[in-house]
Amino acid sequence: MNASVALDDLKTAETSEDSRFAVPTMRCAGCISKIERGLADLPGVIHARVNFSTKQVAVSHTPELTEDKLKGAIGLLGFEAQILADNPLSEDRGDTKRLLRAVAVAGFGMMNIMLLSVSVWSGAIGVTKDLFHWLSALIAIPVIAYSGRPFFASAAMALRYMRTNMDVPISIGIILATGLSLYETATSGPHAYFDGVVMLIFFLLAGRVLDGMMRDRAREGISALLKQTASGAMIIQSDGTTVWTKAGEIEAGMLMQVAAGDNLAADGIIIEGRSGFDFSMLTGESDPQNRSVDDEVLAGTTNLTAPVKVRVTAAGKDTSISDIARLMDEAGQHRSFHVRVADRAARYYAPAVHCLALLAFVGWMLAGVGWHQALLISVAVLIITCPCALGLAVPAAQVVASGALMRKGVLVKDGSALERLAEADRVILDKTGTVTMGHPVPTNLSLLSDDQKSVALALAQSSNHPISKAIAKSLIAKDILPAKIDSVIETAGEGVSANWNSVGVSLTRPQKGGNGSATQLTMGNIAQRITLTDEIRPDAEAVVESLSELGLPASLLSGDSMEAVTPVALQLGVLAQANAKPEDKVDTIKRLSKQGDKVLMVGDGLNDGPALAAAHVSIAPGSASDVGQQAADAVFTSDSLMPVALAVKVARRTMQTVRQNFGLAIGYNILAVPLALSGMVTPLIAAIAMSTSSLIVVGNALRLYGAAK
Amino acid sequence: MSGLAVLIPIALLMGLCGLGFFFWAMRNDQFEDLEGAALRVLIEDEKEVGDDQEV
Repeated sequence: MNASVALDDLKTAETSEDSRFAVPTMRCAGCISKIERGLADLPGVIHARVNFSTKQVAVSHTPELTEDKLKGAIGLLGFEAQILADNPLSEDRGDTKRLLRAVAVAGFGMMNIMLLSVSVWSGAIGVTKDLFHWLSALIAIPVIAYSGRPFFASAAMALRYMRTNMDVPISIGIILATGLSLYETATSGPHAYFDGVVMLIFFLLAGRVLDGMMRDRAREGISALLKQTASGAMIIQSDGTTVWTKAGEIEAGMLMQVAAGDNLAADGIIIEGRSGFDFSMLTGESDPQNRSVDDEVLAGTTNLTAPVKVRVTAAGKDTSISDIARLMDEAGQHRSFHVRVADRAARYYAPAVHCLALLAFVGWMLAGVGWHQALLISVAVLIITCPCALGLAVPAAQVVASGALMRKGVLVKDGSALERLAEADRVILDKTGTVTMGHPVPTNLSLLSDDQKSVALALAQSSNHPISKAIAKSLIAKDILPAKIDSVIETAGEGVSANWNSVGVSLTRPQKGGNGSATQLTMGNIAQRITLTDEIRPDAEAVVESLSELGLPASLLSGDSMEAVTPVALQLGVLAQANAKPEDKVDTIKRLSKQGDKVLMVGDGLNDGPALAAAHVSIAPGSASDVGQQAADAVFTSDSLMPVALAVKVARRTMQTVRQNFGLAIGYNILAVPLALSGMVTPLIAAIAMSTSSLIVVGNALRLYGAAK
Repeated sequence: MSGLAVLIPIALLMGLCGLGFFFWAMRNDQFEDLEGAALRVLIEDEKEVGDDQEV
């Protein structure tokens, strides 16, 4: 209905390709129609559909239309677009959908069976009661078979490895109760527990769905932050033309054309041109480094100043980045050993409950009521004690808490991250990009005259160097308009020069000296030095203080030089380790873990990836590299570091609520189990008890709504 | 009793319809872009070229 389809050529539709683009600047309904209609008018586009929630556009098009051209077309419509690689975080979205279907089926069964059960409870007798029991069985059995599968599958998996998790008692309870209810139905007995069983499945599945939705929501938020550019390069063909080639298809010996501002997709040697390269994501070094012909450049660095031609020496698995990826895989393996709190509780809970049910059975057998009555009572015990609190209370608390954190700009990837965050007792901070903003900020612009400012802006805008960008950004923020300059020349490693009102002006080579960097603005004979520093994030000191109040002493671990790290460490008043390579960072964390410390790592760069994966729990800023954001358990989007302390506080409150919920569940069991043991629990009492206890724990979890204030 | 023979199948059928509809909605990605769906009602339909607009 929104004119998003343009069938140019039905024959080509059969061989269409799908591409996805991130368009973060979409704001309104007008943007949706502009993009969809604009793309639909493009020859070769078969279908374009905007997903506004994720700020993405999906385009199916003929193979002749490349992703580059589409990106350009979206650019012409006035939107900055990025080609999306396959999203590495969206793999397991299908799980939540499957669970949601199971919940829907369980909900349908629960309502219909409850309808029949209520009439049985209100006094249906004889044939009517039998009919209703049979109808309940008819509805319940397919529903249990369908909706119970997640529990049965997980319990079977645990039993195969001779372990137990909370799905084992749930599955045993479900199967026993169903079997007994069927027997009761067939023999016109008084009690069938179909309603209780299906309700139990519904509540427990609801807990899982909440857990899955929270994971999906956070992952979607994080993947929206990822730069997500499908990494690749312009490869120069033998006939001189360039073709965009994906990183996976680049081979050693190929020739890459790397424009200023581009990331390198492979390691190589420069054969033409010279330029400054930003190594900060790879090593943590904050100063750009100059490279010229015959120098080696590495994948993952950014070309800053001038276009260069690079002969590829290593691509794909052989590049320097892949070492980091391998290190990360190894470091991340211990993560799977973390046992979530609900499963830990189930280790004690399940045997206790099973013993109790068995004792009830044996006890009543000894009392001589016959095996049928004894079995009925022990099944009532199993149903009453089924771990609703464990299945629902934990995810409910974690979902509410992560929602509260999300409103404050902290995206927590899953519930296990919150549990680990609450346990952290030591924090390690990376410097470049984590404690500092990761980009230089000019400090003395106020010394410049108005003319100097507008000339500086004009010069800075014509360069891609991080210092130029920083100067341009702060001048634009001050509403300065660029002066008119001509014959702009940029010399890599030197600076930009131009003519302004026939006066030679230049913004030249930043001179080292002191902390941070500087650049020189020359207008005719007058020279003015502009100094820049990589600013420490606002309230970093307060954050370090409040973290240590929470019992998390902080220290710095940086890949940057000692001279750059020391002033930051002094200002924050923390210990620091400088010149740390990625493997050094992992070693430091492993050493601390061996001492029994539970390390919270906060870092952003590629070089922090392995450390983020190795730490007990990790947080990355939203400006972090894609690798950093994927490795971290949580991502915060603000400029301030305060969310780190806030996340720890909220995680601890969440665990407190989880413990309260366990307390409530145990209290409920203390009341209900004696009733069940004494044989007084009918299906009606079981249904009331189950729903009340579930509502109470969910209600308690909802108190976390304002936890992040 | 005879009323039940009619009412119970009707109740079940209605429940199944709801369930089927929910499944259909999920399969057709109806929940994929909730914000976008809210905004799409504001998009004006494209007028044919030369179409007279009411003033």
